[in-house]
Amino acid sequence: MSAGAPPVPASADGAAPLQRERATTIFERGAPGRRAFVCPALDVPHVEAEELLPARFRRRRPARLPEVTEPELVRHYVGLSKRNFDLDSGFYPLGSCTMKHNPRLHERAAALPGHARLHPLQDPERAQGALELMWRLQGALAEISGLPHVCLQPSAGSAGELAGVLLTRAYHEDRGEQRHKVLTPDTAHGTNPATVTMAGLEVVKLATDGDGGVDVDDLRAKADTDVACLMLTNPNTLGLFDQNIEEIAQIVHGVGATLYYDGANLNAVMGLSRPGDMGFDIVHFNLHKSFTQPHGGGGPGSGPIATSERIAPFLPRPLVVRRDDGSFALEHERPSSIGRLRGFHGNYGCFVRAYAYICSLGADGLKDASEAAVLNANYLLARLRRKGVAEYLPLAYGELCMHEFVLSGAPMKRALQIKTLDLAKRLLDHGFHPPTVYFPLLVEEALMVEPTETETRETLDAFADAIAAILAEAGEDPGVAAGAPYTTPARRLDEVAAAKHPVIRQAL
Amino acid sequence: MLEAIGVDSVNEIFDRQIPRSVRLDRPLELPPGLPEQAVYEHLRALAERNTSAEQELCFLGAGMYDHYVPAIVDMLCERSEFLTPYTPYQPEVSQGTLQVMFEYQTAICELTALPVSNASVYEGPSAVAAAGYMAKLHNGRRRLVASAGLHPHSLETLRTHAHGYRMEVVEVPMRDGVTDAEAWAEAIDADASAAIFAQPNFYGAVEDATALSAAAKAGGDPLVVAQVDPIALGVLEPPGECGVDVAVGEGQPLGNRLDFGGPSFGFFAAREEYLRRIPGRIAGETVDVDGRRGFVLTLQTREQHIRRERATSNICTAQALNALAAAVYLSWLGGRGIVELGELLLARTHYARQVLGALDGVEPAHEQPVIREFALHLDADVASVKRRCAQQGVNPGVDVHALSGRAEDEGVLLVAITERRSREDIDRLASVLAAAVAAEREAVHA
Repeated sequence: MSAGAPPVPASADGAAPLQRERATTIFERGAPGRRAFVCPALDVPHVEAEELLPARFRRRRPARLPEVTEPELVRHYVGLSKRNFDLDSGFYPLGSCTMKHNPRLHERAAALPGHARLHPLQDPERAQGALELMWRLQGALAEISGLPHVCLQPSAGSAGELAGVLLTRAYHEDRGEQRHKVLTPDTAHGTNPATVTMAGLEVVKLATDGDGGVDVDDLRAKADTDVACLMLTNPNTLGLFDQNIEEIAQIVHGVGATLYYDGANLNAVMGLSRPGDMGFDIVHFNLHKSFTQPHGGGGPGSGPIATSERIAPFLPRPLVVRRDDGSFALEHERPSSIGRLRGFHGNYGCFVRAYAYICSLGADGLKDASEAAVLNANYLLARLRRKGVAEYLPLAYGELCMHEFVLSGAPMKRALQIKTLDLAKRLLDHGFHPPTVYFPLLVEEALMVEPTETETRETLDAFADAIAAILAEAGEDPGVAAGAPYTTPARRLDEVAAAKHPVIRQAL
Repeated sequence: MLEAIGVDSVNEIFDRQIPRSVRLDRPLELPPGLPEQAVYEHLRALAERNTSAEQELCFLGAGMYDHYVPAIVDMLCERSEFLTPYTPYQPEVSQGTLQVMFEYQTAICELTALPVSNASVYEGPSAVAAAGYMAKLHNGRRRLVASAGLHPHSLETLRTHAHGYRMEVVEVPMRDGVTDAEAWAEAIDADASAAIFAQPNFYGAVEDATALSAAAKAGGDPLVVAQVDPIALGVLEPPGECGVDVAVGEGQPLGNRLDFGGPSFGFFAAREEYLRRIPGRIAGETVDVDGRRGFVLTLQTREQHIRRERATSNICTAQALNALAAAVYLSWLGGRGIVELGELLLARTHYARQVLGALDGVEPAHEQPVIREFALHLDADVASVKRRCAQQGVNPGVDVHALSGRAEDEGVLLVAITERRSREDIDRLASVLAAAVAAEREAVHA
């Protein structure tokens, strides 16, 4: 990861080593008759096929799955893995995604047979360890959020949001009210408005004020008794803590609506400020962000929710409870519950990892993590406000930031003729994963940077130097960034063609 | 670092941004942090208070099954390159994950005999609910017709979500272990947006999928949705050849461990005409600027980050790593292996049903064909019988009434067979179950 001369392809044909090999799918490998699996021998009496399963129900043409040996299989997937950039290999400052280090202890603990081979329908009295773990995690999340009632069930952030909006609806309907509108700021994650529609309500957008927070006047104008809920991320997607949060809560509660906290940015405030104390009624957590569940290339995640007393009766079922005798149980009898959101109890494997993380860090460690995340973000921001960078990539809002910040690439585009996308692609050649780009939508040419607490100062410096080097290079020749990347397993891909004539499976 | 920022302390960064009144002025009430080995010991102690399928002879199923997960699945899923990246937003450095998605989609299309698959959703029951939402977007009708043969969690999840997207769910009862064909036909009219059944159903029985689909088409022509067991598709007629429009299901049997119910994944496959309405990520093939083959996330205009309130789903993070496990597992099984595995399950399940069904006080709950799971009716309290079996190190299956809450499920035990349960294991189950039922009947009579 050097910030000096830009990496260039070394080979004679101009292609980096991983580019030269044609992408070959597992379906194109192997040969008929090859196999990895050896089926256990038939150890029960032979019975005619028709008696086992009548012909009219039988599959006539076998599925054309790959026919490969185990060594072929291993080489294929190991080869594919080398075509990925990953957090263990380098800096991954993807805004709003909290790409912090994933301790391997968590994988080891989750793989213990007592966790990994535990059937979800095991009798609760013989799954006491799992239920206790879930109960303890519920308690820890309640303490961290400042909201007393926790349900671990939602599968990821967007599922937690759906639970939250359904809870809000149930709360109002229980009071005999039909409220139709949900307010979401124009900086909101796309999952917020999508969730509102799926929960049968309508989105009303709120403007952002000059300081990057909710426009309180706009909120006042739109807050009426048809509003069910305001969904807010705090700090928001600009990386700014909304300083008017108490006033916002007052306005929202004043019209009888609920306040929902999108927990995607919780990593900024653990042990420092709690959504419950800010006036929020419902929170979702992203265990795969703040609590370092590995992202797996797009899941699994886990999106528990926490609520205040007045929302609690409606929580999804079952909940884990501790009985008077100290044992743990699944409470299914919850007459006002919105019901189940998914099968079984949630992503337990993620609970094991999140719980291990909380045990490792403890009260002080969680606070330290948030402090370091905010310190790192502000340090990196300061490094990027130096001459040679700041004039091209100014901070969109504010002076300081929380755990992430948003730069605008608009001056860079005008002055240097490279877009934020080009900068992002050129960063790949420097060995960095780019920040989130073109989000939030209200910032032109947005670049959203979240370094997290687990990066060193040296890494942050190297990243800042790489940005400066790319801008300097663009000053000389914008074509370099516009053509980037050069050294990656694939070069810039044609997404338009992919969408126009979709090929979404291997032709067999 | 503070000097570069221009502050005197870290606290100043917070003081200048968070109003004092909402700062937490005390430490969190959580235990102090622990060193790695202490955390490991604590989690090991918790694990030891669970009885896993490693420690008893386990015949539990009902949606998740104790299949053997090959070592290469663990090895590949633990690789940093697959484990630690985010969703592949930068395709140039995510070709591994994207190609895995493409291969996964291909395998699911092959298994289901449907032309379109996404890259995974959360799990089985929410996949059913997602299919209901897609039906609403497709035809705008107001009712979902659902067979009572769906897993109780699928039915409840569907109801929760359908209440959200404002649709009504009508349940069609069972008859002789399968969906009541007459009631099914009667329930499906021009208001029916989707007609949903499980194959095999929750009681293990193979439904006449072709007849159910045909009856639905002849009724109000809703989307026909089947929740299918992917392992059964080695031997069972695939949904795409039975008139089914959308096949969804729980992916755990495909190389995913039990994990007390998650994370696993849900699969979602459909006919071509639904391509632009299906939820979740889809990987597509394309070329890079040098004309080399590559893969990208495609048809993203369906998705929440582009379409926002008009998206076809709110799903963002899904289950990529679990889908990787499935892709590896299916390649490991191979085209012949999945058939052989299916045949083994058929034979052992048939054997187990005969042996167990012949015991005193035990009879099959229905006579329909089964693949890998079957329901028995016990002439004794199921929970008590299970407790007696547990003392012998055997978990005989799922107490169906405890799961479904339906009166007609009193006394029903659901027994699942995997390739890990040998004939010897089944014989042991038979002797332990026979003794437990006998002892329980005696205890009650005394």
